Amino acid sequence: MSEVARSEVLPVGGSDTVSTAWWGMVCLIATEGILFVYLIFSYAYLGTQQSGPWPPSGPPSLKLAAPNTVILIASSFVLGWGVRSFKRTRNQRSLLMALVATILLGLIFLTIQGFEWAEKPFVFSTNAYSSAFFILTGVHMAHVAVGVLILLMLLVWTLAGRFEQSHHEHLPLGALYWHFVDVVWLAVFTTAYLVPQFT
Amino acid sequence: MVAQLDTVDSPERRKLLGIWETAPGLYGWLASVDHKTIGIRYLCTAFFFLVIGGIEALVMRAQLAQPDLKLLSPDAYNQLFSMHGTTMMFLYALPMLSGFSNYLWPLMLGSRDMAFPRLNALSYWVFLLAGVFLYVSFPMGQAPNGGWFAYVPNTNLQYDPGINMDVFSLGLIFLGISTVVGSANFIVTLLRCRAPGMSVNRLPIIVWGTFTASAANLLAVPAVSLACAMLWLDRRYGTHFFDVPGGGQPLLWQHLFWIFGHPWVYALVLPAMGIVSDALPVFCRRPLVGYTLVAISTVATMILGFGVWVHHMFATGLPVMSLSFFSAASFVIAVPSAVAVFCWIATIWTGKLQFKTPFLFFAGFVMLFVIGGVSGFMTASVALDWQLTDSYFVVAHLHYVLLGINVFPVIGGIYFWFPKMTGRMLDERLGRWTFWTMFVGFNVAFFPMHITGLMGMPRRVYTYPAEMGVGWLNLISSLGALIFAVGVLLFLVNIVKGLRSGEPAGNNPWDAPTLEWSTTSPPPVYNFATIPQVASRHPLWESRLKESEERSVIGDKASDGMVLDKGKETIGVTPLDAEPNVVLKMPGDSILPFLLALGMAVLFFGLLSQAVWLMVTGVLCEIAILIVWLTPKPHPADEEVEVYE
Repeated sequence: MSEVARSEVLPVGGSDTVSTAWWGMVCLIATEGILFVYLIFSYAYLGTQQSGPWPPSGPPSLKLAAPNTVILIASSFVLGWGVRSFKRTRNQRSLLMALVATILLGLIFLTIQGFEWAEKPFVFSTNAYSSAFFILTGVHMAHVAVGVLILLMLLVWTLAGRFEQSHHEHLPLGALYWHFVDVVWLAVFTTAYLVPQFT
Repeated sequence: MVAQLDTVDSPERRKLLGIWETAPGLYGWLASVDHKTIGIRYLCTAFFFLVIGGIEALVMRAQLAQPDLKLLSPDAYNQLFSMHGTTMMFLYALPMLSGFSNYLWPLMLGSRDMAFPRLNALSYWVFLLAGVFLYVSFPMGQAPNGGWFAYVPNTNLQYDPGINMDVFSLGLIFLGISTVVGSANFIVTLLRCRAPGMSVNRLPIIVWGTFTASAANLLAVPAVSLACAMLWLDRRYGTHFFDVPGGGQPLLWQHLFWIFGHPWVYALVLPAMGIVSDALPVFCRRPLVGYTLVAISTVATMILGFGVWVHHMFATGLPVMSLSFFSAASFVIAVPSAVAVFCWIATIWTGKLQFKTPFLFFAGFVMLFVIGGVSGFMTASVALDWQLTDSYFVVAHLHYVLLGINVFPVIGGIYFWFPKMTGRMLDERLGRWTFWTMFVGFNVAFFPMHITGLMGMPRRVYTYPAEMGVGWLNLISSLGALIFAVGVLLFLVNIVKGLRSGEPAGNNPWDAPTLEWSTTSPPPVYNFATIPQVASRHPLWESRLKESEERSVIGDKASDGMVLDKGKETIGVTPLDAEPNVVLKMPGDSILPFLLALGMAVLFFGLLSQAVWLMVTGVLCEIAILIVWLTPKPHPADEEVEVYE
């Protein structure tokens, strides 16, 4: 089989599914995703084994959490638009705008969630519900914070011109992580905020 | 067609060596990302922990040799059995197999390294530091003391006020990082870093086993990390996940732990079963019987393994419906295991046997697996489990399974691959002595425990009264443990002897069929001068088996395969068909993995001492190192390579 050799030009490193980094990111998302499955399982298990009402202090208010959800999901669309248009046109300006907007939306989400936490009539160590609520939303907030940090580095690297000549595989990977964090919020929001409204 | 590799000192090879070689000195030692170096480090470190765990076991066996002995206090005994279990389950069993896979995968798959060499180094350093972390309170007499599964409420602060269980819970989270990072690396390596032609139906079974175990770890480890985080928060920050007065549920711990724990048990055995599936046939002089069946049963075992965790909890008062489901699942999981066993037996039955040391270990494994499997099958029955649970019967079962399916294949595997790793053979006569001493010692130690358990001796008690009538059984077990320890000692003697004065091995001393045996022993740092082209499951047996006209090509010349010498690089392929589709630039020596692991250790010691400044320092270090690590570097967009069809 060695007799027929031909020269072929292959990409170095590659991007998206051709690169190994993309597969690594998928593994990270898989293991983080299952972590949230276990968090939601724990929350639900503690809830179903409870003799009293769950949550004991009544359903959580949606006053801040609902608009906050819209903010986070909107940030995903903004980022998606920015990365796509950069891939298509290599136009740095729209990418920079999208990154800055997403970072701001992420920070707004974190701030509002902070107020939402402060309004709660209970703290981490009050009871099983408060423990489960804060660990679920807290682990998610930590992921948002990491996501903001990633976007910040992407912004710095874009400004430094790191993505001009070389590959830009970092961009879609960072975006993928951000989308993951946002999608997970939908599950967290449904579990911790929506379901208690109907039970 | 395997070219003779006598042209070891060609200019092409010197060029590759210049590109791939690790820097000399301390820096190179800390910064090496070579999968072979890391693999051997994993093996040595894990073996070191095996010896530590073994010594702990011997001390316990001394205490149990006679009724009412006072050699150990109850508290010391608690710490010893907890550290014995924790060490063996977490610091020996999986890291040992990771060592094999790290060393062997790129050689077996025809690649030059793992997909993420720096992550590979990171997972080793984290494993090492987490191991040290778990032992840090041992000298203070404050080691983890709640058993390796650390049931609450026994491990709540109220009943266990020292730092013992903080070390345990934080240590397992720390170690979990190593496991997950390593697993992700194996998964991506399998999918992308193979030689052209190494399609999924040609993979060695150890690759199937490690891949399956890694996928499981990726999905299972977060459960125990979460449980441990909750335990630590309950203990130190007053949360109420597990304590009943605050509305918590002790059973939540058991669910989370065993959702992780049972897949973990399979992760500890599937790669080891893979070692046997690949190496046993070599001594039967024939390919494995039922390759496809064994590969499928490996995957099937793991999938079913996610649905059996409640069989650890039959005695906790769960609803009958739930018990019935998990009991049935636990029966069913015996089927794929039995399929594999029959394949091994058929391989032995129809082969021309060579009774070399590795063969003895692998054949012994089959027998121990059957005994351990049958006792496991018995505990799958709810009614019987209620009698047997928490008795020495379970101790006997789990040791038959873990020593039988992990330690015996591992020792056999070291006898098998030691020549490849070092270029020297181990002594055959001493090897036989090793096997028989270990085999006899093992059975003398653990078989009587079935009876001890049936006679009612509970596990994890530091002593027992003479009236129970189990003194003689315990004495036999203790003697057996001593004999087994002598066997391990003989093995170590053989290793030292082999390193010093073992006979030169040559490339392929066992006349084995897989790719790793085509390179020199030990292999060059770049593994293959040209990327091999694989045409069958047994590249080195093709002319003998005559399964098809096609021949694999493993050679030195540029016409034999891709040379890839424009920098440190290897080839990436499509996941299923292994067709080259990308050139992968490999990182050189890097100190970053070591630093990142150190930063993590700072963070975890900060958490342990609840010193906020230390936690913050750790986190900031981690962020800084990761930014340096991930900064995009300019590189050419594409490269011309020779593709062969």
